[in-house]
Amino acid sequence: MPELASRREVAAAPDAVERELTEIRVAGFGGQGVILAAQILGKAAAIFDGVHATMTQNFGPEARGGACSAQLIVARHPVLYPYVTKADILVAMSQEAFGKFVPELKQGGLLLVERDLVRIQQDLPERVRTYGVPATRIAEKLGKRVVQNIVMLGFFGAVTEVVSRKAMEQAVLSSVPASMAALNKDALQAGYEVGRACLESRLPASECDQIPEYAAWLD
Amino acid sequence: MSTAETPTEMPLCEQAPGENPICENPVEQFLRTDRMPHIWCPGCGIGTTVNCFARALLKTGLDLRKVVVVSGIGCTGRVAGYVKLDSFHTTHGRAIPFATGLKLANPELTVVVYSGDGDLTSIGGNHLIHAARRNLDLKVICVNNLTYSMTGGQAAATTPEDSITTTSPYGAFEPAMNIPHLVAAAGATFVARWTTFHVAQTMKAMQRMLTRRGFSFLEVISPCPTLYQRRNQMGDGLDTMKHYKEVSVSNNNANLAEIGMTKSGQITVGNFLEIERPDYLEAMRAQLRNRLQERYIEVGGAPCQN
Amino acid sequence: MHADPTGVLTGTHFLNGDQACCEGALAGGARFSAGYPITPSTEIVERFSKRIPTIGGVFIQMEDELAASIAIQGAVWAGAKAFTVTSGPGFSLMMEHIGLAAMTETPCVFVDVQRGGPSTGLPTLPAQGDMMQARFGSHGDYPCIALCPSSPQECFTLMVRAMNLAEEFRTPVFLMMDEVVGHMTERVQIPPAETIAVTPRKLTDKAPGEFRPYEDSEDLVPPMAHAGEGYQFHVTGLTHDERGYPSMTPATQAKLIRRLREKITRGMDRITQVEEDNVDGAEVVVVSYGITMRVAQRAIKLARAEGIAVGGMRLVTVWPFPEERIHALAGRVRALVIPELNMGQVALEVERCARGATQVIPVPHAGATVHDPQQILDAIRKGAGR
Ligand SMILES: Cc1ncc(C[n+]2csc(CCOP(=O)(O)OP(=O)(O)O)c2C)c(N)n1
Ligand code: SF4
Ligand SMILES: [Mg+2]
Repeated sequence: MPELASRREVAAAPDAVERELTEIRVAGFGGQGVILAAQILGKAAAIFDGVHATMTQNFGPEARGGACSAQLIVARHPVLYPYVTKADILVAMSQEAFGKFVPELKQGGLLLVERDLVRIQQDLPERVRTYGVPATRIAEKLGKRVVQNIVMLGFFGAVTEVVSRKAMEQAVLSSVPASMAALNKDALQAGYEVGRACLESRLPASECDQIPEYAAWLD
Repeated sequence: MSTAETPTEMPLCEQAPGENPICENPVEQFLRTDRMPHIWCPGCGIGTTVNCFARALLKTGLDLRKVVVVSGIGCTGRVAGYVKLDSFHTTHGRAIPFATGLKLANPELTVVVYSGDGDLTSIGGNHLIHAARRNLDLKVICVNNLTYSMTGGQAAATTPEDSITTTSPYGAFEPAMNIPHLVAAAGATFVARWTTFHVAQTMKAMQRMLTRRGFSFLEVISPCPTLYQRRNQMGDGLDTMKHYKEVSVSNNNANLAEIGMTKSGQITVGNFLEIERPDYLEAMRAQLRNRLQERYIEVGGAPCQN
Repeated sequence: MHADPTGVLTGTHFLNGDQACCEGALAGGARFSAGYPITPSTEIVERFSKRIPTIGGVFIQMEDELAASIAIQGAVWAGAKAFTVTSGPGFSLMMEHIGLAAMTETPCVFVDVQRGGPSTGLPTLPAQGDMMQARFGSHGDYPCIALCPSSPQECFTLMVRAMNLAEEFRTPVFLMMDEVVGHMTERVQIPPAETIAVTPRKLTDKAPGEFRPYEDSEDLVPPMAHAGEGYQFHVTGLTHDERGYPSMTPATQAKLIRRLREKITRGMDRITQVEEDNVDGAEVVVVSYGITMRVAQRAIKLARAEGIAVGGMRLVTVWPFPEERIHALAGRVRALVIPELNMGQVALEVERCARGATQVIPVPHAGATVHDPQQILDAIRKGAGR
């Protein structure tokens, strides 16, 4: 059983580890594959890593074209309370999602954004660490914009390690049509690479353009 | 609009020799004699239709173990309780959806829905429309006595204008529902209307329904002497037969839009419509087989038993 | 008897409660379903409509819930195991046919994925406000069985159980889900078919001439026959005698209504499923069901951390109500705390069963979300006198 929110990321969300529980919010707008991303993440944890995961998605007018979001709790023990109370990790794929959910982010939490779609205009909770990825651009360069969520998942996998790399890949491949497997694999790989480069550079999100692996996707 | 064979009108008791419904009763074998006497009033038309139904069944030679009668609630709804067949007396208006489940879970069954005008067209009107649209293989017999009899003769959706009922004491003024027109428009593939005066034709229409596939609908205009006829000074059961004889006009090619019932005007009768189109199960099977190929497992008779 | 493997999706899946419920129905032998779309229950029949053609069975989308709730009964009498699913307004429309199923002893399952009400209320948000409606919603006096799952896994296992109980007792059974459980995705383990027990329909072994559809039998559950087998039997929603014939006398009514009730009370031991967590020696016990049980557990943990001896009793079957269990418990604790996503429905039952032996503290909630564990914690503290 892999450790949760392990190693480096312990620093990101200390009390999450104490509670052996990671609360994640994934949000964006309709068509970005937000719900599928959360589902894949949950599947990676619950099925392929063998820990516990509870995913709930927000329904209602929200789910019809406009903003949409999903919540995921990953834990070593069975999850009791099904909703995010304070997010350890917020994945924001749109400006609206960012604005709406950033107040829910915990101090010292982790913020992952689609850097071309989210501008961090407001103050973040204390000690929040931010990572940005041009997920849509990378997906487009790989050939299909729809895999932007998978790029984001790769990026997420690299900077958080909530789920193992192997589980993530298994979860992705078991969730997409076989004809799309190669593309999704590439998307996941690209996300991981960019994420790892960001992490290792120790540069703030705003300066990631200087990293060669990162910059390569930008022109 | 194509039509079925046209039975000639025959007055009561003048049928083929040895088949006289009044003088002799070959229908007893179809009845739950242990439930007699029945609840219907003298002169009520419901019994006449049951007589026709029993004879029609006899003529078809169908395996009676596979024929099921489903009724809703009402005087007519009691038919299910008197026929010696698997029979279900369900809830008011819902005989058709119950029958839908029966038929789909065991397509081998011949499923007859036998109920009143109020039950089938008012509270159950939506189900009637949708079963017709689906061309579900049900044989629907609607005894239209122009009123809610079981509850004491209130106005129904089928009550002709100016008729006196307990809830239209000064005469009904809503236009009466034209049932054949409705079911034809909804997609029924067999539509007929006769009166209880037309026993031979009623029987033949039933016989046709029982042996064809697809949504088949028969309206039988029938007297409720106790409640409707009495309040409207139309005499007793026999007077009503005379009246039916006088005002009925048989026209298989009638324009269905023009055959709505009036209080004392012409009653257009006939086998108005018979067309072929895939019934619900055929359409379902074809669609699923087309999409799923050999992965499709077709449901046959009683597929889901232990 | 065990499950037919063609319907069992053995393996580990990441499913929401609605999807898991569908798998439970299939594993439990359901081969017919009729439905009418309504959030948040629709996913159950969406999945069924996709799965059933390759398993062998039928799904039909009916014109309304009145139709859906009786079409399944037609299918049952034709030999199928059947269920329907709905929420809020649709559940209200189904009431008449719940009574029909109880009266005609038609084994079938009604799944209600509870959402906020009354009326259209909160189509996409949770509540547990239909608990009394499940118990008393149809007119007349009839017993019922209702199960409340707390997770997608239980939506699977309890749906199998609901299908089985319906057959065992020839009665409508409710699976009372809620929006959270229905829409929540978690790991669901579906065991191999041969390990899933399935209750066969209780069919008569008598010859057509001797069969009496509502005959008294030892367990008060008469064996049934299916249409088309030559029995030529009659079924009616009217009060009926052993032959199934209408008989509207005080004696027939008394006999029938008593039997309907008693077949359930006699089977209580086999029906009742209650989970206890440290109730011995507890000062306060939290009684809960469905999604609220999980929230309550969090509150219980917090209370224990404060040194309060608090136990949990979780009602897996809510109806028939575990009257004696509650009564016994009431005599041993300072307080019973009942959180639920309604204004106090099951709390009334608990109060009745406690018969004044202890303090009963409801923790009502109007729905739209789950309790804040703090609310339940406050009630526990109050019960413990802190
Ligand atoms: C839900 C419901 N509403 C009302 C009734 C009362 N009810 C019983 S029979 C009936 C009318 C039946 O009329 P129709 O179908 O024309 O049958 P008829 O008695 O005329 O043969 C009514 C309103 C009922 N049983 N159930
Ligand atoms: S009340 Fe009317 S319909 Fe009912 S049995 Fe008497 S005559 Fe027939
Ligand atoms: Mg009538």
